[in-house]
Amino acid sequence: MKFETVIGLEVHAQLKTNSKIFCGSDASFGANPNENTCTIDLGLPGVLPVLNKRVVENSIKLGLAVGAKISEHCRFARKHYFYPDLPKGYQISQYENPICEGGQVSFLTKKNEKIIIGLTRIHMEEDAGKLTHDDESLKSIGSLVDFNRAGVPLLEIVSEPELRSPEDAELYARKLRTLVRYLDICDGNMQEGSLRCDANISLRKPGEESFGSKVEIKNVNSFRSLRKALEFEELRQAELLEEEKSILQETRLWDESSGVTRSMRTKEYAHDYRYFPDPDLVPLEIDKEWISKIEKTLPELPDTKRERFVSNYKLPLYDSEVLTSESAIADYFEKTVKSFDPEDAKIVSNWVMGDIFGLLNEKKISIEDCPVTPANLAEMISLIMDGTINRKIAKEVFGEMAQSGTSAQKIVVEKGLKQISDVNSLEEVVTKILNENPEEVKAYKGGKRKLLGFFVGQIMKETQSKANPKSLQKILKKKLSE
Amino acid sequence: MKELLSFSIAELSVRLKDRSLSSEEVTKTYLERIKETEDRVHAYLTVLEDDAIKSARIADKNFKKNDISSPLQGIPIAIKDLLCMKGTKTTAGSKILENFTSPYDATAVSKLKDAGAVILGKLNMDEFAMGSSCEHSAFGPTHNPWKLDSVPGGSSGGSAASVAAHSCIASLGSDTGGSIRQPAACCGVVGMKPTYGRVSRYGLIAFASSLDQIGPLTRNVEDCAIILSIISGHDSKDSTSSKEQVPNFLEKIDHGIEGMKIGIPDEYFIDGMDPEIKQATNDAIKTMENLGAEIINISLPHTKYALPIYYIIAPAEASSNLSRYDGVRYGVRKEGESEYGPLFGMYSASRDEGFGKEVKRRIMLGTYALSSGYYDAYYTKALKARTLVCEDFIEAFSKIDLILSATTPTPAFKLGERLNDPLSMYLSDILTIPCNIAGLPGISIQNGITSSGLPMGLQLLGKPFDEEGILKAAYAFEKETKFYLKSSSL
Repeated sequence: MKFETVIGLEVHAQLKTNSKIFCGSDASFGANPNENTCTIDLGLPGVLPVLNKRVVENSIKLGLAVGAKISEHCRFARKHYFYPDLPKGYQISQYENPICEGGQVSFLTKKNEKIIIGLTRIHMEEDAGKLTHDDESLKSIGSLVDFNRAGVPLLEIVSEPELRSPEDAELYARKLRTLVRYLDICDGNMQEGSLRCDANISLRKPGEESFGSKVEIKNVNSFRSLRKALEFEELRQAELLEEEKSILQETRLWDESSGVTRSMRTKEYAHDYRYFPDPDLVPLEIDKEWISKIEKTLPELPDTKRERFVSNYKLPLYDSEVLTSESAIADYFEKTVKSFDPEDAKIVSNWVMGDIFGLLNEKKISIEDCPVTPANLAEMISLIMDGTINRKIAKEVFGEMAQSGTSAQKIVVEKGLKQISDVNSLEEVVTKILNENPEEVKAYKGGKRKLLGFFVGQIMKETQSKANPKSLQKILKKKLSE
Repeated sequence: MKELLSFSIAELSVRLKDRSLSSEEVTKTYLERIKETEDRVHAYLTVLEDDAIKSARIADKNFKKNDISSPLQGIPIAIKDLLCMKGTKTTAGSKILENFTSPYDATAVSKLKDAGAVILGKLNMDEFAMGSSCEHSAFGPTHNPWKLDSVPGGSSGGSAASVAAHSCIASLGSDTGGSIRQPAACCGVVGMKPTYGRVSRYGLIAFASSLDQIGPLTRNVEDCAIILSIISGHDSKDSTSSKEQVPNFLEKIDHGIEGMKIGIPDEYFIDGMDPEIKQATNDAIKTMENLGAEIINISLPHTKYALPIYYIIAPAEASSNLSRYDGVRYGVRKEGESEYGPLFGMYSASRDEGFGKEVKRRIMLGTYALSSGYYDAYYTKALKARTLVCEDFIEAFSKIDLILSATTPTPAFKLGERLNDPLSMYLSDILTIPCNIAGLPGISIQNGITSSGLPMGLQLLGKPFDEEGILKAAYAFEKETKFYLKSSSL
């Protein structure tokens, strides 16, 4: 039987603020264990939280970007559970009156189909610390806890159960990453844990309205493993249902190395969180003025940018989607394309999506650190378009630019890579090659037209690829027909 | 007892300023007095002998340099052990924090230090401020200096007893449901709970965050005003602290109460009230009338709900606030086993070992009240009822300036008498709790001595942030009756 898959995601985005959500400790990643802590984030007796306004502003930014309703009055609540990485025995989170309710996120599928997913809520909360206990060397000591992360601001973004496939779940999560990076509120790094994803998945018979028993999947550390974990779980649940067995409502951990989800012991984690409004924090009032002030700081959002790329540059939807997946990439493209007519934008797009992306992948760097500047890339493309260099030489110039960061023009001049378009020079080379290969000339004239490529190759070799291919073809054909 | 021990802050300050006395001499005299009384009273958990003498010497240097701006310069004060003080053991009266040394100062403590006060030590209290007799201290009870077989009240029992025993000139306490006013009444001293938000709670180990407030315990109303002026004010470290202007509470203290409207709530004369206290309260009403106040009978109809509201909200918040004592980072840690593994075994064993009976009782109560399925029936309902109690006061204060009542329905009871009867213990606070529920300021001052030789307390409650009005009336009453001059014979 075919089942319908129902998926909802809870994404935790670590906000890029200088200090933590309720104290002045440094919120950055990578310090020595427990270096970025103070009396407050360690939960010492008597300390009190004070809200970091920047966290609220960042939350409002995301809320506006997804069209959510921003709460005028919002409250923090305490979520209670005991764990050594949670200093106070409760996490300050939001329960009733979260900062954002509703809103939606849309993304394009591989088939260019636009899918819209509703959001339930977005709320602010503090992160917990980090435990280390898997290390062999700790066997005799026990576990270690690092509170650097405790109190780092998080946004929990909860989707409606509207995703229908693991692929869509991945695309949705990627789109959220794009959004938070556009807004510059989170760096979106799943490996470092600045973006974390828990997925709820259940299956039901097609046409059925009620949901099946859901399973929560934790411990996915990349978009790819999110999809793989969901695919595994989809299959596991379908098999159980086929055998008319029931699905146990539980939390399962994704095991990356063996590619399976495993049940967490459910009993230990059957919590009653005993949420109640945190009496240490006064209700937060958000007025329209504050919201509109923040609204003015919003950048052009990815969907708007994508549509603009389609209409302004006449780019295919796919190109536009890819180029706008990161605002830095879009900026790079726009800086490059500005010296060309809109109808030539596709050429620029091809270079960015081809060679530039290849270079970034190869060097494992981000576009901000790309050694080929937009100006240099634009100059190189111009040199191709005005016939100064041919495509083959362009690849060489590109490689040189990637190495040294120098301008295309300079490389062409210094290395003498200028294309040979001059008829006399070309005729000279052609004559030379034809004279050297009388057998092949004879064969060509006898009807072996495929040999044209052979001659072109020989000539290119002779000219170190500098011959203008169009002029060369013309002259070659003329000579061969003489 | 040496004469200087009977001086008020104001009297002592004059002598320190004209340098007829040195702070070092005063401090050493108090340290001797502590030694002399502690075996009977047990008000102190920590005595900071060396540090106190050091700060006294600094104060004396400042007097020499004529740097005398602060009225607390060189004045020996002690602090309830619920307030954090840097480099000092801060136990909250609990075994679980027996070896906890605070790495920071509570805002109220640092304000006292900045004002040049000499901190003599940390005072005994009911564990985590849960109790009305100081018997729930993990370190043994404090005795009432007036009658050593009686309790000093609680939870700030050490704070009240030390002032009454002249083993400090004044102290800081904290009041969640009467924890300053009730022991002040039991020990015949002045104790004030300021408006919620008046004094920063930063560094006050939390019991019930929406009710807790720090305040002074002193021998007279003027001293109370002096300390309150120093510890009040907005603190960026406490989001619930108020930005309300802080007046100099001494300025209008002697302006009298001519024309002041004082409300007498019928509901505060409860059944079972000690007849002597009832009589003394009625006498106090007459005194106020003679002093020019207009007496108006009022009704606060939801008063009967205050106690049940309190015993839902306070334990609920406490159960949450006390979650941090888990044996992981500081405090008692004990290994143990549980069906959920060794980690949860450690939590249970540590908390079982570290917390006392009353604290466990309230954690259980609060956890229950916040549990899913019970939350609405208890916590949400308590919040709604809290609003009704607040509205009673708003309504009353539209017609009057102050509310007068007894502080406690009975004088201090005997040690052990109510220890195994939590309900009768909880009833000690029946007249002080509504003030916390509504976040109002309140004071307890001495209102004479019973025939059995125990002090009685008079409570005055005011409008939010009208500590000035309360102090004015308390000052006038005190000057008129001179009750405050009576002290224990210890």
